[in-house]
Amino acid sequence: MSRHRQKIKDSISIAITGSGGAGVMTAGNLLLEVAAQAGWYGLMVRSSGPQIRGGEAAALLRFAHAPIECLDDRFDVLIGIDWQNIHRFADEIPLDGASVMLGDPDQGEPPEVFAKVGASYAPLPFKQMAKAIPGSWPNMIALGLAAGLVGLPADSVKSVLQKSLKKGGGEKMAANLAAAEAGYAAAANLPAVPRLAARVAPGASQKTAPGASQKSAPGANEEFAPGADARWLITGNQAAGYGAVRGGVRFCAAYPITPATEVLEWLAPALPKVGGALVQAEDELASINMIIGASYGGVPSLTATSGPGLSLMTEALGLAVAAEVPIVVIDVMRGGPSTGIPAKSEQSDVNIAVNGLHGDAPRLVVAPNSIADCVTATQWAVHLAEALQCPAIVLSDQYFGQTRAVVDPPADIGAAAARLKASAGAEGYKRYAITASGISPMAIPGTPGTAYTADGLEHNERGLPSSQSGDHIRQLDKRAKKLAQYDYGERWAEIEGEGELALVTFGSCTGAAREALARAAAEGIKARLVSLRLLSPSQPERLAAALAGAKRVLVVEQNHTGQLYRYLRAEYDLPGEVRSFRHPGPLPLRPDEIHQQITAWSRS
Amino acid sequence: MNAPAVAAPITAQAFKSDYKPIWCPGCGDYSVLSSFTKAFAKLDLQPENVAVVSGIGCSSRIPAYTNCYGFHGVHGRSLAAASGLKLARPELTVVVASGDGDGYSIGGNHFLHACRRNVDLTYVVMDNHVYGMTKGQPSPTTEPDWDSKLSPGGTGLRTFHPLVIALAAGANFVARAFSGDPNGTADIIADAIRTPGFSFVEILSPCVTFRPEQREWKQLARPAPVTSTDDAARAARRIMTDDGFNIGVLYKGDRKPYQPPIGKGKKRPSDLEAEFAL
Repeated sequence: MSRHRQKIKDSISIAITGSGGAGVMTAGNLLLEVAAQAGWYGLMVRSSGPQIRGGEAAALLRFAHAPIECLDDRFDVLIGIDWQNIHRFADEIPLDGASVMLGDPDQGEPPEVFAKVGASYAPLPFKQMAKAIPGSWPNMIALGLAAGLVGLPADSVKSVLQKSLKKGGGEKMAANLAAAEAGYAAAANLPAVPRLAARVAPGASQKTAPGASQKSAPGANEEFAPGADARWLITGNQAAGYGAVRGGVRFCAAYPITPATEVLEWLAPALPKVGGALVQAEDELASINMIIGASYGGVPSLTATSGPGLSLMTEALGLAVAAEVPIVVIDVMRGGPSTGIPAKSEQSDVNIAVNGLHGDAPRLVVAPNSIADCVTATQWAVHLAEALQCPAIVLSDQYFGQTRAVVDPPADIGAAAARLKASAGAEGYKRYAITASGISPMAIPGTPGTAYTADGLEHNERGLPSSQSGDHIRQLDKRAKKLAQYDYGERWAEIEGEGELALVTFGSCTGAAREALARAAAEGIKARLVSLRLLSPSQPERLAAALAGAKRVLVVEQNHTGQLYRYLRAEYDLPGEVRSFRHPGPLPLRPDEIHQQITAWSRS
Repeated sequence: MNAPAVAAPITAQAFKSDYKPIWCPGCGDYSVLSSFTKAFAKLDLQPENVAVVSGIGCSSRIPAYTNCYGFHGVHGRSLAAASGLKLARPELTVVVASGDGDGYSIGGNHFLHACRRNVDLTYVVMDNHVYGMTKGQPSPTTEPDWDSKLSPGGTGLRTFHPLVIALAAGANFVARAFSGDPNGTADIIADAIRTPGFSFVEILSPCVTFRPEQREWKQLARPAPVTSTDDAARAARRIMTDDGFNIGVLYKGDRKPYQPPIGKGKKRPSDLEAEFAL
């Protein structure tokens, strides 16, 4: 099929699937690296069955010339290295009549669930092709094929493979380079798939990368975008780890849990390089109490976990509130309740994050709204925790955490750990002194003359246990006041666009909401977006200003009961008519379904 | 509250706070408190360089009664908090105070792993075979037939043997003390602090309110007839076969404490970005 009949699109989506050992994730990661190398933006979402090793796997990729924050509604291409159990991904890989499926005829036909939507199918014998090149693998054929189909330069494939296979030695590299080349060449004889339009953001997004919209000459996708070599290829879990280090964290206690483990595994070698340390704890009860101990000792400290771990940590979070010890807990949310769906995303820990402690326990809850923002939001959370001597929960999720994306490096916001400390021999030192700001100087062990006991028991200003009503009220007021009075600045939310319809969302729904709004804008529907970064403490005045003039508010989130919606209804006076649009994980909220909500409501 | 001038040797009195304990008259923990302050003075520690960390229970009230840095955390988690503190601030002397409920029941898992991890801490458990703060329920070291409202007729469960468990789990220093001998207990605590690694001191500390029969411990406690050993198997056999009243250091090993380097790495955070660059 000749190239001139190809469709031009703002983004291209490819899924690569196969059973365990087929090398799906390797091929996907390399394809993402090839795209990054070629100056494209892109992301790869990982999805796999529950097996530890050897289960079915899917690499879900999307490419564009502007930063991408979510998966598209559908996939242009599905490459099946094999089809074993791949029908299980039917919901996660929506195809339609315009989609193309490519598979190895020796592995059988594509699953009926894909074929019935009218996607076309073209066979390609991956296994035989790989067999013809001794020492090569079918997934390298698939890599070359995918790169060729979407029009990535052959040079980029070659240089990425050379870098990646360096360790394997000459023969292995030569064989797999040859396999990728064979796949790439085969693409020319297969049905055409859409090509990327020249440097236009998906849906003319308002959030284009610096430099991304500056040049739009035809064929620019063949060129190297200016500034593209400064970009990062990063997962949200790595980004959160790096944000912690940027914020000043130097101690981490770790207990492994899917899908947060990579935060901890990134920090393990990183912290010693910057003068810190990571210790593996026996459970989450230990990990959070360890970081409280370390932070009591003056060292900014953090741990990362997921829902089940956060449940175990709630007791100690209350201790950190009462004893006023700054700590940060990153919660990489997954499907719940209980063990739930460990390796898949869901925004269902809002309730526990904002309310999940006994007693009146003000705490900070910060949610990143993009993969790159995992750096900034975590850095900010560390800064806030330290400044306010309070625990901060960072609500990330599996989608952010385990998705790898090409991003513009987030600027260092300069918010490093800044704790108000007592000086040696402070006259009449009172650890929990009532002050105008509610923040009182914290004495760090080793400082002479300011010894005190930090206590989870209610206490007086000196820190001595007290069950008297006066002390209780004064300390409750103090802890509430310091969070209420603090100036959180502009970072509390991302506010974009205008119109009488407003979308209020947070976290990983932000990208899809933004894309839906851009599509609506292209149809002449004006609407605004408020993506909350600071969930707790609530900011009623700021949100009221952001929603001034709004007549309809649509709260968008990925959980079953509308946890954000309910929280907003409790904490805020939202203007006009308020509706909730939500569904639980593991399926992401896709731009199209949010777009449909916007258009339907706008026309009603 | 102020630290005394460095010229004169520090006294036990300098480690006492002005806060009045909530303990019952006759409680063994008063003596243990005095052993703490004596041990600190004996080692010539400065109050600002000592942290006493505890969980919840009668014994866990000790931090506020000492004049040094204190941390009174949640039930059962004192060892975790103390481990974090010591790992982050290795130059501090960190002593953990606990009881048989806090340390062996709700905190049992942390006890095992603290022994294994061998952080340079001193773990002092005041064992009175009862939950005192909640007014008289059986703990893991309570005799199986001890009658109580919560477990009428007794729990029927065999008692927990903390010393041999500590030994099996890898504690580097294992001792038994008796609160009725505050000077001897101070010597044992000082030895425990001085010995690198995880030091475990189980102190028989009577609860005269809920276990008045423990007044008899004064007659039963005696110095162990043997000196401390560095042979864990021998120590285990002795501990398993004695009557529970042999007082003294029972095992002292030479395992290297766990302490990841902290403060050594000199890279800037931005140096880590190379990993993400294309």
